[in-house]
Amino acid sequence: MPQPPHSAVSALVDFQRQAIARALNLLEDRRPDRQAQALTLLDALSTQPVSAQVVGLTGPPGVGKSSLISRLIEPQVQAGRRVAIIAVDPSSKVSGGALLGDRGRMQLAAEVYARSYAARDRLGGLSREAFSAVFLLRHCCDVILVETVGVGQSETDIATLADTTVLVVQPFSGDLLQFIKAGVMEIPDILVVNKADNQALAQKALSDTQAALALARRPTPPEPEAWDSPVLAVSAATNLNMDALNQALRAHWRHLQATAKLEKKRAAQHLEWGIGEIRHEVGQRGLAALGGVEGVRAAWNRQPAHWSVVRKLTALLERAQ
Amino acid sequence: METDRSKDRPWVMRTYSGHSTAQASNALYRLNLSKGQTGLSVAFDLPTQTGYDSDHALARGEVGKVGVPICHIGDMETLFADIPLGQMNTSMTINGTAAWLLALYIAAAERQGVEPQALQGTTQNDIVKEYLSRGTYIFPPEPSLRLISDVITYTVKNVPKWNPVNVCSYHLQEAGATPVQEVAYALCTAIAVLDTVRASGRLDAAEFAAAVGRLSFFVNSGVRFIEEVCKLRAFGQLWDELTRERYGVENPKLRRFRYGVQVNSLGLTEAQPENNIPRIVLEALGVTLSKDARCRAMQLPAWNEALGLPRPWDQQWSLRIQQILAFETDLLEYGDVFEGSKVVEAKTSAIKNAAWAEVERVTALGGVLSALGYIKEQLVASHTERVRNITAGDHVVVGVNTFTETADSPLYSGDSSAILKVDAAAERDQLARLEAFRATRNQAEADAAVSGLRAAVLNDESIMPASIRCALAGVTTGEWTQTLRDIFGEFRAPTGIGGAAAARAVNGEAAQALEELRARVRKSAATLGRPLKVLIGKPGLDGHSNGAEQIAVWCRDAGMEVVYEGIRLSPAQIVTSVRDEGVHLVGLSILSGSHLRLVPEVLTGLRAEGLSDIPVVVGGIIPEDDAEDLRQAGVARVYTPKDFEMLRILSDMVEVAEAAA
Repeated sequence: MPQPPHSAVSALVDFQRQAIARALNLLEDRRPDRQAQALTLLDALSTQPVSAQVVGLTGPPGVGKSSLISRLIEPQVQAGRRVAIIAVDPSSKVSGGALLGDRGRMQLAAEVYARSYAARDRLGGLSREAFSAVFLLRHCCDVILVETVGVGQSETDIATLADTTVLVVQPFSGDLLQFIKAGVMEIPDILVVNKADNQALAQKALSDTQAALALARRPTPPEPEAWDSPVLAVSAATNLNMDALNQALRAHWRHLQATAKLEKKRAAQHLEWGIGEIRHEVGQRGLAALGGVEGVRAAWNRQPAHWSVVRKLTALLERAQ
Repeated sequence: METDRSKDRPWVMRTYSGHSTAQASNALYRLNLSKGQTGLSVAFDLPTQTGYDSDHALARGEVGKVGVPICHIGDMETLFADIPLGQMNTSMTINGTAAWLLALYIAAAERQGVEPQALQGTTQNDIVKEYLSRGTYIFPPEPSLRLISDVITYTVKNVPKWNPVNVCSYHLQEAGATPVQEVAYALCTAIAVLDTVRASGRLDAAEFAAAVGRLSFFVNSGVRFIEEVCKLRAFGQLWDELTRERYGVENPKLRRFRYGVQVNSLGLTEAQPENNIPRIVLEALGVTLSKDARCRAMQLPAWNEALGLPRPWDQQWSLRIQQILAFETDLLEYGDVFEGSKVVEAKTSAIKNAAWAEVERVTALGGVLSALGYIKEQLVASHTERVRNITAGDHVVVGVNTFTETADSPLYSGDSSAILKVDAAAERDQLARLEAFRATRNQAEADAAVSGLRAAVLNDESIMPASIRCALAGVTTGEWTQTLRDIFGEFRAPTGIGGAAAARAVNGEAAQALEELRARVRKSAATLGRPLKVLIGKPGLDGHSNGAEQIAVWCRDAGMEVVYEGIRLSPAQIVTSVRDEGVHLVGLSILSGSHLRLVPEVLTGLRAEGLSDIPVVVGGIIPEDDAEDLRQAGVARVYTPKDFEMLRILSDMVEVAEAAA
């Protein structure tokens, strides 16, 4: 397979946003020649180190995820870090169309790369394209903030994509308990109660949330190197306790690196992405024919260039038929 | 029967006007007054409305376009030169910077030797409808409401004949509100304002009652004029009840519903524009026919407003309509002609009940400011419904979707001679004047006045005395606003387009057409490689977002993926979004007349990013000559109000996107 010009890859790892936008356009393109180009580019890119911490923000609609992101990026940009944002909005079941409005709710510095995706037909809070976009962007910047659809029913995707998952809820909403009880998600890495616009409100919201969390937490045997998910009451509107949230994000990142959990997590993310792609291409029966999740995992471990694995596996399947 | 003896006094007759420079607008005002106009209605340009001096980067191309630029007391004095302010009744359409423009007016009057006590007029000063429809807000809701309250508490004590706030239902109707929504949301705004004033503790009971009495309304009147008569009667009755029950105002005079009116612009058509004259006459009738619900002041749009800026002759024609109604007809000679009409009473009470139910719904949501998102969604949904009905032909618009055959018009042949063009030299003149003014003012005095302003804001004192001192010290509009921006921050209002998803589905032929369009959009994904993604952008200071919102909603309903970021974006921001989002097509909406400046800036920016292959379409009030210039510059399509068939526009957009792929 011909190697893409090195310049394309270096433009991406240099965080040149024009090149990133082009690559993401290519990644979405379903035309066969473009797909081949995309795979070539991605295989070349996957030899580059992963540089970004992927932070996923999830939570019910109207909880202020976009405002939180606006606040979170301020100090990052000031510190010269390269920031990318991926936001996902729901698609209309009737028309297939979508309004992508998150961008308008964020204050975006000119240095940030932000892209919106429609969820299309995928449940789970993300879209297939957003998933792939994050996998590309991980090689291109320092931090990626992913905002999910936030329908509050099946926000399962984010935990398989993000290094750090942040659940955002409103004060006294009971959302937290609902989320965790319903098995929508595991206990997130960081819990944020937004809209705690003053200290008094923040204090009350905090104790309310901690009580809910205590109820929801299943007793588990003590783990060595366990991460104790912090609960923070913040206000994006009044900029209250946003420093604490930034510190918690950094602390979790250090924790992942120090405990080798990061590698495990990334391997799982890769597999999850690959399985999703295979299901999309050849369906559940195709996946079974490839030896199921275990078979894919084995193939995965043999192949250093992850991106074309899906294509190779599905090609294998086509030949077998 | 009543006779001449009790003949009602005519309303104040105005024309909403102002353009180019203070000097040019002053000449226009004096001309209008010489024709029998009895009051002035000042239109400010967008930089003045959003708090920027004429030489600010964001003001480029907008200076003097939709109104007059006022940067400092020198401009204000020029605007009213040879117009004695002690005898004038001046209405100012100003909101985000209302406190400042009133301060400049008071200061200019002082220079004319006129005491504040003698001044008569109105500051529009209604921020809620700016968030919902008109878009010239600056600060977040809470500080904005505080500024409004400061203006009220000041004028009640010092400028007692001034109407400090004109609560606007006008722009709600333009944004799509039904009569019920218009009444309900305007009352909700009035409640928020009066509650804030009461809570400020600055007024005693008598002063507060006087403040209630000075609150006036600015109302819209559509062509369904019987319904409009009923709407205004309902409005008056509800206001009387509300001010008595909620605010304990005993004096019935202070509970009277006082309103000015500008009749409907939304319904004016670009096709066969002469048909707008009968529409305007009927709309004017709706607000004058019923003595118990008659307007206090009126301004009428010009017949050719959908084409561009009206000329003096066009405005004169609208003034003559008012004069014929007031002086030729017998309108003012009778008592209320609807009293005892069962039809009118039933309709009035239906509107009243429904409106009050909606007021209670908003109250339950925590009041108008907490409910902004909800209200905006209701308005966008209503407007979507209206557009659907016009497209489907259920809502008849003569000359547009019905009876479209026409002979050649001797009044308008489609060229640009039938509208006014703002002289490009006006912006240069204004900038030179501003520079000269800054050079000659006493800088130390201006700096001290700004410090005083900052202190007043931070110490929660009334903004008015410090602002008047700033006006007299030569502080500029941009400086005054920036001082407040630094303290209050800025705001982005909800777009409301998510809620229009609830709009009812089309039926009949239109449903068939929509299905065909959706199939076409789905099919385009094969050509484009992925689903069609478009960006709808509003560059510049123009906040009239209704058109952009409708296009965004319809694109979504046609199956496109639509990036919409709201109003007041710089061309550079739009270019960044186009690049990052990877859209196939860009749609720009501009109603301020600045299209010749803003659109080429976007095109240049796209070229610089290597994105010149992405087609750009433009919608707005764009004269044909300008449209041709835009096409020459590389714009793929220009849509104007005559392109009212939404589905046709959308289908055209798909074609443009596919052709560029």
